[in-house]
Amino acid sequence: MSIDTLSTTLSALAHPARRAILTRLAEGETTVKELSAPLDMSGPAVSRHLRVLERAGLISRRKEAQWRPCRLEAEPLAEVAAWAVGFREAWDASFDRLDAYLEHLKGQEKRNDDSR
Amino acid sequence: MTTQGRTGATEYAITSDTEVTITRVFDAPKRVIWDAWTSCEHLPNWMLGPEGWTMPICEIDLRPGGALRMVWRRTDATEMEITGVYREVEPPERLVYVESWQGDWPETTDTLLLSETDGKTTATVTIRYVSKEARDAALATGGIEGLSRGFDRLDDYLPTLG
Repeated sequence: MSIDTLSTTLSALAHPARRAILTRLAEGETTVKELSAPLDMSGPAVSRHLRVLERAGLISRRKEAQWRPCRLEAEPLAEVAAWAVGFREAWDASFDRLDAYLEHLKGQEKRNDDSR
Repeated sequence: MTTQGRTGATEYAITSDTEVTITRVFDAPKRVIWDAWTSCEHLPNWMLGPEGWTMPICEIDLRPGGALRMVWRRTDATEMEITGVYREVEPPERLVYVESWQGDWPETTDTLLLSETDGKTTATVTIRYVSKEARDAALATGGIEGLSRGFDRLDDYLPTLG
């Protein structure tokens, strides 16, 4: 995933209503009408947010049904999650530490060789 | 994914509907990396994640069907635990194990592959979820909930996106 895709995803996530929509969709497919009630937003306002999410590839909408149910597409979140939360931080930190630890082991080996 | 020779940088990739792959090159032979990855003598020295965590418990029975358990503890006494079972153990190249975090996180099958060129080792870790739905659920709940914490930092970052 390119940095541009990551930027698009981050921009799409940068609104509390859109994050609330994604959180709701994580429970399953739903309609604009069902989304607008708990958000206390009009249908058109919800639709505007859905378009942003759809352009970012974070949701898809079925075309065949008249009420066009929305579903979560979590794929772009993988890179964001890896970037923003513990996942990536944890691996990076561990691997950096392994680099240092390998140096330490090499030093130990060298000392053992020298003392032979 | 040819990162051979370039140490110090981790690569992350979505390699299929159910997989995430992490790649890193280390400046050591694969035998050394294998030991570092499969021995409780070494693991608590490095597989610690962010600053502030230790691994007070490490239990490894390195054979197909053997169990693994690691417990991490933070300075504020918060604990995280992984338990799992080794499926394939082929030193010093290939390790497959099933693992799960405590709580509702879905089980994953993780594969570690080690390949060595000119004394440097490429480690490829593939984390496979049981289904696309399981991966998406993990990303959606973990990702979004985690993100709401991370958004404080994003507030500073977003204006730079233009």
